[in-house]
Parts: sequence; structure tokens; C-alpha cells
Amino acid sequence: MATTHTHTNIDVHHHDDHEHEHHEGNFWTTYIFSQDHKVIAKQFLITGMFWALFGGLLSVIFRLQLGFPDMSLEWLRPMLGGWITPEGKLDPEFYLALVTMHGTIMVFFVLTAGLSGTFSNFLIPLQIGARDMASGFMNMLSYWFFFLSSVVMMSSFFLETGPAGGGWTVYPPLSALPQAIQGSGLGMTLWLVAMALFIVSTLLGGINYITTVINMRTRGMSFTRMPLTIWAFFFTAIIGLLSFPVLFAAALLLIFDRSFGTSFFLSDIYIGGEALTNVGGSPILFQHLFWFLGHPEVYIVLLPALGITSEIIATNSRKPIFGYKAMIGSMLFIAILSFIVWAHHMFVTGMNPFLGSIFMLLTLIIAVPSAVKIFNYVTTLWKGNIRFTSAMLFSIGLVSFFLTGGITGIFLGNSAIDIQLHDTYFVVAHFHLVMGSASFFGMLAGIYHWFPKMFGRMMNEKLGYIHFWLSFVGVYMVFFPMHYIGIAGFPRRYYSFTNFETFSGFTDLNTLVSIAAVFTLTAQLIFLFNFFYSIFRGKLASANPWKSTTLEWTTPRLPGHGNWPGEIPAVYRWPYDYSKPGAKDDYIPQTVPYSETPESNLPHENEMIKLETSGGHGAIVVEGEKH
Amino acid sequence: MMTLIVVLGVILVLTILYMIFRISNLVSVAKGKKEGEVDSSNSINAMLFLLFAIFGFTGFFWYSYANFDKYTLPIASEHGAWTDTLFWITMGVTVVAFTIISIIKFVFIYQYQYKEGRKATFYPDNHYLELAWTIIPAIVLAVLIFTGLRAWNDITSPASEDAEVIEVIAQQFAWTARYPGKDKVLGEYHYQKIDAINEFGLVLTDNNTYDDFKSLELHIPKGKEVLLKIRAKDVLHSVFLPHFRVKMDAVPGMPTQFKFTATKTTKEMRDELGNPDFNYELACTEICGKGHFSMKMPVVVDTPEDFEKWKMEQEAWLKQNPDYLKNVPASLRESAMIKAGIPVDNDAFVQATQTAVGSN
Repeated sequence: MATTHTHTNIDVHHHDDHEHEHHEGNFWTTYIFSQDHKVIAKQFLITGMFWALFGGLLSVIFRLQLGFPDMSLEWLRPMLGGWITPEGKLDPEFYLALVTMHGTIMVFFVLTAGLSGTFSNFLIPLQIGARDMASGFMNMLSYWFFFLSSVVMMSSFFLETGPAGGGWTVYPPLSALPQAIQGSGLGMTLWLVAMALFIVSTLLGGINYITTVINMRTRGMSFTRMPLTIWAFFFTAIIGLLSFPVLFAAALLLIFDRSFGTSFFLSDIYIGGEALTNVGGSPILFQHLFWFLGHPEVYIVLLPALGITSEIIATNSRKPIFGYKAMIGSMLFIAILSFIVWAHHMFVTGMNPFLGSIFMLLTLIIAVPSAVKIFNYVTTLWKGNIRFTSAMLFSIGLVSFFLTGGITGIFLGNSAIDIQLHDTYFVVAHFHLVMGSASFFGMLAGIYHWFPKMFGRMMNEKLGYIHFWLSFVGVYMVFFPMHYIGIAGFPRRYYSFTNFETFSGFTDLNTLVSIAAVFTLTAQLIFLFNFFYSIFRGKLASANPWKSTTLEWTTPRLPGHGNWPGEIPAVYRWPYDYSKPGAKDDYIPQTVPYSETPESNLPHENEMIKLETSGGHGAIVVEGEKH
Repeated sequence: MMTLIVVLGVILVLTILYMIFRISNLVSVAKGKKEGEVDSSNSINAMLFLLFAIFGFTGFFWYSYANFDKYTLPIASEHGAWTDTLFWITMGVTVVAFTIISIIKFVFIYQYQYKEGRKATFYPDNHYLELAWTIIPAIVLAVLIFTGLRAWNDITSPASEDAEVIEVIAQQFAWTARYPGKDKVLGEYHYQKIDAINEFGLVLTDNNTYDDFKSLELHIPKGKEVLLKIRAKDVLHSVFLPHFRVKMDAVPGMPTQFKFTATKTTKEMRDELGNPDFNYELACTEICGKGHFSMKMPVVVDTPEDFEKWKMEQEAWLKQNPDYLKNVPASLRESAMIKAGIPVDNDAFVQATQTAVGSN
């Protein structure tokens, strides 16, 4: 068994044990204001799941409007009140608010906080062999700032003027002028406050992730022995740390423009029968600042999902991930490039066309490392021995979405082609597949895979399969038809298409998309049931149910505060020794020294044995220095 | 009745799901199934992926072929033909890559599903393979980038001197167009001059403003380069002419522009499509508020002769709003009237002169 190997070390210092036995706190410190990374991860997860459901519900409401324009929505009146017009239709401004909040919630609250917050928190200490995050207190603050941000954002739904309605990109002047749209009143103020709090939360979390990865790896856990999940979380945190402050600056300047009469983004405006005094500002400046975060944000959302997938695909193919170093290299390359491609969102905003050329060049380069990742995933499947666990199904789903959604990026990154496709449903299809659905599937895969370690029980696999197939087919039914609608030129964020002859077709596809959206959201209820039922009634899990190699599976079934009851295990090998020729099992945990596996060692690994034992007898050189 | 059926259907589905869940639980307990052990669901999942791929690709190719005319808009501009060619080249390259990778992926998924007793191949890397699939996409992309760059540079290059200059002004939630009139020069504007009537914000001290005229329809000539000067009064908007493959944001405080040449008149397009009711349209594609979805401007492409004729028939803005003559400096008033085509014995002129005298 995996865990027995870790105890080859005889002189275990026991002072570690009593240190964490005294952490038994009361209900408040254990479950609410906990500083344990595992509890904080679960807090992020549950909050993220709530937001995912809420954000999904918003999208279904506006899909009803788009798919069934003649339907009476009178039955929503008890919930939406005045946002349903006297004719029983959705109010056009509320439609925009729904679109805006759906985007904001999904991108930031679900796929940033819900995904990174859950898995970076849960997995970083467990997979690198640390007792907890570098700063448990900052980690706790990170969650509670997120919670506060959630409360503020949610409260904007209860305003008479409604939540922010200028699109999730909140471009001024629309977002700066309450006379332009109702949502730019108090709703927008709350949006900005919520985002400011959210950025604080992200930075507190990110600093912690980076510090923990750099400083708190266990003995033997060199950077090149880290699982790809950790690499992904590490890059994600760095990207976030460098780009979120820019959004903070943009938000701050927007607050000044809105409330203190400055003109950073406003100039030459005549609205509501009145010429405003603002001159000299530039709306384009805001777009530059926004997308300087906005584009890296795409990778903040996607990289953790790719990391999770790498881990799950390797484990369930019973094969090492193909091209481990190429995977790290491509993530690094993507992370760097993500900072210098932002203006491809702005080809037709009036930005200097020469900039357009530069950004087109840089943008299309990103396709290369992305392609490498896809090829490596597919090659990992080759000659594997694939177990289709629910997690594996969702990971394969991610690869499929990443491919389907990724190649349409080659169209959009080409400024000449983007002229026609910009702000049409083609873009909607593109980013919902490549970033939205792919990351969402990565998150679900992660939940299915690490549920046994989170809650000590197994989720029901059969329900997992049904959940996957309904979601997988559902997501394609929602987003694939949008490519056609987009090629036909249909602009996004349109309340209805009846005013234009050019956009009068495709009522059939729009109806199909809406039905599929309702269907897909409903399928998520299966997951919710499975999740909550399994927390309490699921089958008890073993310590390492997937026969995986990484460190988290060497902890007890339900790791307590401090993660390992004894000494933190040391690491002797990379995390992907699956199906190694000569080995007895089809996996060798990272904690097994080469000296114990002479039958499967490669020549250069036999060299490593000397290093393992050079400190004297036994397997471990030094111990007791880590707390 | 319908509601009842729906509710019953939902209950039925939920019951079935719950039964599957319970039965699978009980069966796994009865079988004493160990964790991580692989059962028959594994091959079912593998088979489902294969079926998904077959149905998915069939659906994709069939729909794309059968509905081609429905989702492709006819092209009516010179650069549009070029960008559409690029679009379809990219489509060709990506669909081939997509199909090959997908087939390989789904075949691997099916072929290498779990089999008792088989061991996966330990295959951690292969530098030649990795180098190959780094370089091949890079070369393909380089070709796409350079063809795209050429098109982009050409489309965004300065318009020719004799291009037909037309200004398009966006506001919540309508478009207006301003034509330069006979002098072919658009007059100056300033946003603080805008009011309910002087909606362009014309600066009436500028000689070039007097013959500018307004239109609620965008008329453009066929076969002649048109330079759209685009501006917005209140928030961001975006000029989208889907048939001409034209899109450019309208930004308050920062005029933008887009040049293009129409290749088919409205009538020619009607004949081509066999649809006598066809009209070109201009749509807004940047979220601008409540009426975003209804912000439309009709577009008419005329033959050059018809276009000139149409222009001659239009009245200068100043002629339509002679009250504003009083804002024209006295020294320029007479030439303004001549440029705007206002008869010199006009009442408003007399009044304006009198007010001017009176205020002196």
C-alpha cells in the first residue's frame, strides 16, 4: 500500500502530532472562520456552486426570451415583479441586466473563485506536502472578502433600478451614466464595490498560493516533481496577481468618473438633452485597462481546469501524462502570452489599426501552445487502459470543448475576419465552449475526482455518468448552433431579432438552444443531489480510491487539520509513474523511493538511489525540520 | 392539462433517476464491488463516445451543407469578398484539423478502454513528435497570419482622396447620416452645440456646414469608395453593415472611420436573392442600452447616377432649419444662404437680420 512506504522513516518526531491535535476548535472556528485550507476550499466550493446555479438560472430566463419571444412570462412576476412588463414580457433593460450579471457571476464568482478558490486551496498543500497554506489567516480573509463581495453583488438584485446592465465588460460611458441605462445607477456602484472586494479576495488567495508553492514543498518535491495541477494553480495565481490590480485601477477610475466628476473615460457627451462638461477622457482607455485583466482572466479560468484534467486523464488512462515538460512549457508560454494579446478584443473599437496587426500576430501564436496541449492529451490516451470514471468523462469533455471552442479562436484572432464576427453569436459560441464550458467541466471533473478526499465518501458513479452525458450533449446543443447564428451576423446582447430583416431567420435554432439550455441546467440537479446525498450517505471511500500516485492520496480517508497524522511524507519521484514497465502495480506513489523499486527503475533513476540514501541508512536524509 | 402532463413527466423522470441511483447502489453492495474495479459501464461509456462522435459529425456536416444559404450572408462589398475568402480558408484548415484530431481522440477513447489484465504503455515523451506538432501548427498559423495581415492592412489603409465621405452619427437609439453637400467637405461640429434641432452640433461659423444635409437613410453609391466617418453622441455604439462586412465602433469623443466599396445595388441584390422586399440594414453591435436591439438604419445602394440624383434632391440642413441663420455670423450669412439654397427673400433671413440689427 502506498501509505506504508512513507513510514520507512523510523525516527519520526512526534511533536508534529500534538501540534495539530490541539486545533480542535468550536463550531465557529472549525466550520465558519476556519483557517484550515480544506474547510476554506469547501466554503469556496459551496459558494461557487450556489453562484453557478444562480448564474445558470439567469441565463435560462434570458434564453426563454430569445427562444420563445411570444411566450408569456407572467408566471415569473411573483419573482421578478416590475421587471415583467404589463404585456407579460421581460423588460429589455432587465434583459441586459441578466446578461451582464450572468457573465459577471460565471466568470468571476464561479470560474475564478469557485474553481481556483476550491482547488488551489484544497490541493496545493495536499499535493506538495504541506500542513496548510503559508498564511491560514490570509486564506480565511480571502474567503470572507469573497463572501462579502457575493453579498454586495447579490444585494444589487434587490434594487428598484436593478443590477448593473452595461454588459459584464462594463464599458463606459454606458456604465458611467445613470441616465443612459437604469442599471448604471446604484446597481453599477454595487457592482464596482463587489468587484473591488473580489479583487482583494483574489489577491489574498493568490499571494498565499504562490508563497505556499515556492516555500512549503515537502522534502524531495522539486519543481519538476510537482503535479501539473500545482503548476497550473501556480501560474494562475501569478497571472491573477499581475492582472487583477489593473482591473482594480480601472474600477477605481470609473468610480471617480461616476461619482466625483472626473473625465478619465468620458468626453464630448450629449445625453438626455444636455451636454456634459467632461472632456479629454477616452472610453478606449477603459477597454485597454479592462482587457489587460480580461484576457489573462480567460486563462485564470482555464489553466486550473487544464491542470485538473491533466491529472485526471493520466490517472484514469493509467499512463504518465504525455510530455510533462512540454505541458509545463506550454502553460508558461500561455501565461506569458496572455498578457500581450488583450487588444484582440478591440480590433474594431477604433484603436489604431497598426496595433490591431501586432495583437493579431501575438494572438494567433497562442494557438501553438494550446495545440500542443490538445495533442498531448490525445497522446496520453493512446495505448492507455482507460477507466471512465465520472471525473474522466468530464475531463474528456473538457478536451473536446477546448478543441471545438479553441479552433474558432483562430477566426476571431484574425483581425480581418473579426470585422464581421466581432460581437456576434460566433464569439458567444467561441468563449462559452473554450472558456466557460471547458472550465466548468474541469471544475466538475475535479469535484468528482477529489470528492473522496474532501468528504471521505464516494459519489455515485452511475448518476455521474448520467450527469455527464446529459451535460455534454446539452452543452453542445446550446453552443454549437450559435456558430451558425453568428456566421449569419446575429449580434449578441439583442433582446429580440424582430426589428431586422437580416436577423429574422433562425427562430428554429434559437428555440433549440433555449430548450437545450433549460435541459442542461436541469441536468445539474442530478449532480446537486448526488453531491449532497453523498456527503452524508455516500459509500465510504478508501484512502486512495483511484490508485493515484500523488501525495494527497497518502493522507488518511479524511485528513484532519495538518493533513498527515505523522511526519509529512517525502517525495522521491515525479507524479506520473503509471504502468511503469516491470512494476508490480500499475502505479507507484511519489513517496516510494527508487531504492525500493529496482525492478522498474530506468537507468538514470538508478543513479538517483545514491542521492536518496547518501545521508546514511534509511530512506530519508533529514527530517523534522518541517512543521 | 399541458401543465399536468409536464409535471407528471418531470416526476416520472425524477423517479426513474432515483431508481437507477438506488439500484446501482444496491447492486454494487450485493456484488461486493470493490472500489476502482471496472464494470460494464466502462464499455458503455466508451461506446457512447463513439456514437456521440458519429452522430455529432454527421449532424455537423449535414447541417452545414444543407443550410449553407441560410447561414451565409451574400457579400456586397469589395473587401468583403476578400475577408470571406479568408474566413473560408480558415474554415477549411480548422475543420480538417478538427475532424482529424476528433476522430483520433474518439477512436483512442474507444480502442483503449479498460481491459482486464492489459497494462498501459509507459510513454512519457517523444521529442520529435512534440517538435513536429509545435512546428506544423506554427507554420499553418504563420500562413493564416500573413494573409490576414495583408487584408487587414489593406482594409484599414487611408481612403482615397475622392472617396465619398459620409458621416454616421449614433445616439440612443437611432442613427443619422450627414452628407457634405456640394462642397464635398463636412462642416465642423462640436458636441456642446448639439440641441434638439441642431442634432449634429454644427458649428455655424464654419463655411462648410451650410450645405451639409441630413438623412435618416444611408444612401451609398455602387462601385465608388465610401469613407464612413463615425461618431457617437452619448455612449458607445457600433456600426455594423452585415452585407458589406463592415463593423466599427462609434465612440463619444473619438471619431472613427471605415472605408469600403459597395459592389451591388439594392436592386441587384433583390434580383440575386429573388426577394423583392430585400433591404440592406445597418445594426448596432455594441451594447448601448434599452433600445440596443432596435437601433436600425435602412441602407440603400444606388447606381452612381441615382446616387448623384438623390443627393441633388436633398435639402441642406440649414435650409430646413432657417431659424439657425441667426447663429451664422452676419458676414457669412449671404453666402450661407446661397450654399444652403435658401431664397434670399426668406422670412427667417429677414428676421435673423433684424434680430442681428436689433441686438446691435
